[in-house]
Amino acid sequence: MSGMLLEVNGISVSFDGFKAINNLSFNIGPAELRAIIGPNGAGKTTFMDIVTGKTRPDAGDVIWGDKNISLLKKSESDIARLGIGRKFQKPTVFEDQSVRDNLTMALKNKRGPFDVLFYKSNGPDNEKVESIAGEIGLADHLEQRAGDLSHGQKQWLEIGMLLAQDPQLLLVDEPAAGMTGPERDQTVRLLREMAKTRAVVVVEHDMEFIRNLGCKVTVLHEGSVLAEGSIDHVTENKNVIDVYLGR
Amino acid sequence: MNGPLVKFLLRNPSVMVFMGILALFVVVVTIASEASGYGLISTSFVKTLGKTLCFCLVAIAMDLVWGYCGILSLGHFAFFGLGGYMIGMWLMYARTEIIVERAAAGAELPPTAQEISDAIGNQIFGVVGGSDFPAIWAFADLFWAQAALIVLVPGLLALVFGWLAFRSRVTGVYLSILTQAMTLALALYLFQNDSGLRGNNGLSGLQNLPGLEKVSQDSISLWFFWASAGALALGYLIVKLIVESKLGNVIRGIRDDESRVRFLGYNVEAYKLFVFVLTAIIAAIAGALYYPQAGIINPAELAPIASIYLAVWVAIGGRGRIYGAVIGAAFVSLLSSWFTGGQAPNIPLGFYTVKWVDWWLILLGLSFVFVTLYAPQGMGALIDKLSRKGRAS
Repeated sequence: MSGMLLEVNGISVSFDGFKAINNLSFNIGPAELRAIIGPNGAGKTTFMDIVTGKTRPDAGDVIWGDKNISLLKKSESDIARLGIGRKFQKPTVFEDQSVRDNLTMALKNKRGPFDVLFYKSNGPDNEKVESIAGEIGLADHLEQRAGDLSHGQKQWLEIGMLLAQDPQLLLVDEPAAGMTGPERDQTVRLLREMAKTRAVVVVEHDMEFIRNLGCKVTVLHEGSVLAEGSIDHVTENKNVIDVYLGR
Repeated sequence: MNGPLVKFLLRNPSVMVFMGILALFVVVVTIASEASGYGLISTSFVKTLGKTLCFCLVAIAMDLVWGYCGILSLGHFAFFGLGGYMIGMWLMYARTEIIVERAAAGAELPPTAQEISDAIGNQIFGVVGGSDFPAIWAFADLFWAQAALIVLVPGLLALVFGWLAFRSRVTGVYLSILTQAMTLALALYLFQNDSGLRGNNGLSGLQNLPGLEKVSQDSISLWFFWASAGALALGYLIVKLIVESKLGNVIRGIRDDESRVRFLGYNVEAYKLFVFVLTAIIAAIAGALYYPQAGIINPAELAPIASIYLAVWVAIGGRGRIYGAVIGAAFVSLLSSWFTGGQAPNIPLGFYTVKWVDWWLILLGLSFVFVTLYAPQGMGALIDKLSRKGRAS
């Protein structure tokens, strides 16, 4: 299929006989916002692991971008440099370093050890860091140690780091976990804003959150796609009700 | 031209504080040494201090690789020892060559180059029952070549070892065990007589600089002391520049969350390899300055325990702060030589006499456990606290 940013074709992977992903196929277009839901063990995180190169599938293929690059032979860092960013479930920022350092490290710059050793902070980069900090509401916390931020602020910082990375595809694992009401609203706004210029895939448990995102939803179950469509469409699907919502 | 460096020093006053203390220390020791005429400090103690500075330098390297990058290498003393062997080969060869040539000068028939070479070989390898020069001694007569090997041999070993280990994603305690195996294997190899480096005899007489027999050890000890202090200052500056750069942020990131750094698009293995090789080279240079002051190097120096001591120094001094490594190495190694050198008074308990030669290791082990459990920041944390208090008042 042409015009797609990411094509996942019939991937399967099993761990010790347990089929985490079973012949899973689906596509994501450029500048698309997509939510993935599914009960525990449906393969949501494993799917992200495969796309980002952490896990190798037993079968199938993952094709990326206009040049149809297969991601299966690439390392995690190569894939990240191709333009796939990932946000983890737990906020993982570098707690020992300042907000500014966290963002600067994520900025889209050369990534070789020597490029980085001789890197000099410069006007355009600082402006970019400051504008991202503004977007994620941390403009006043730039010099603060990331470990001293609140849980929600850490989540945003991580999203900010992904913005700095400027990926074409953003995989976001449970962004609203542990957030307060206003923080959730802010996160929804941020994700929708980001999806204007790039593809964003959100894995989330929270139905209300997904409803607010207002995007196409893919329901995973036992490693394959169970249903796909708008939130209202999938919540009315009988299979979905049985395996997920009915509980 | 010096603009960026000056700016860096102004941003990091701790570097200037360190340099100032080091400079003061060098001046005091120089004035108090035998060479200056006052003789308040014996030449052997000048050597001990010079050797301690070398330990501080290798501890800085250990802090960079472990404290900042999170790689608990328990093999960096192998690189230290290899650096010593490399300079030792030249020292031993060049000095033996002078002795042999002087002995031959009186002969009626001038000896051929081959005869001289054989005589040198006999002098050096007679002790292990050989006289032929092994291939690894090919450059022993050229100072600059052998000086380059100080950097190249340990650097290459670190490159190959690190590439194999990091590429296979060996981390944590498994990597530590692997580095222990590396240094043990190297030590066992060097113990063999046909290793080409005189087996368990090692290389000796390294305190004598070829062609400078007339200069007393009082002066030579001071030269090496100065060289060690200079190397330590330079090493401190370079490591500080690295940890304050963006690369410092990346390697701290690797220490705290390796996979996150990977998903940011950094090739973690390349960074680890860079740090591993660089620190191996720093360790080798420290070793090359250390062994001429020690006078002898043998394979026991590369025993696995030596690299563990190195980790203990850095842990007690405080990881992730360069001065912590310096303090730890200086404090623990000097204390260690005091306790094991027999100067420490034994404690008679009536029913049992505590002999420090035996009990020092246990004390060291206990303090390592204590630091790891209750003061993971080490002694450096005290300085942090004092400097923060100073700034607050």
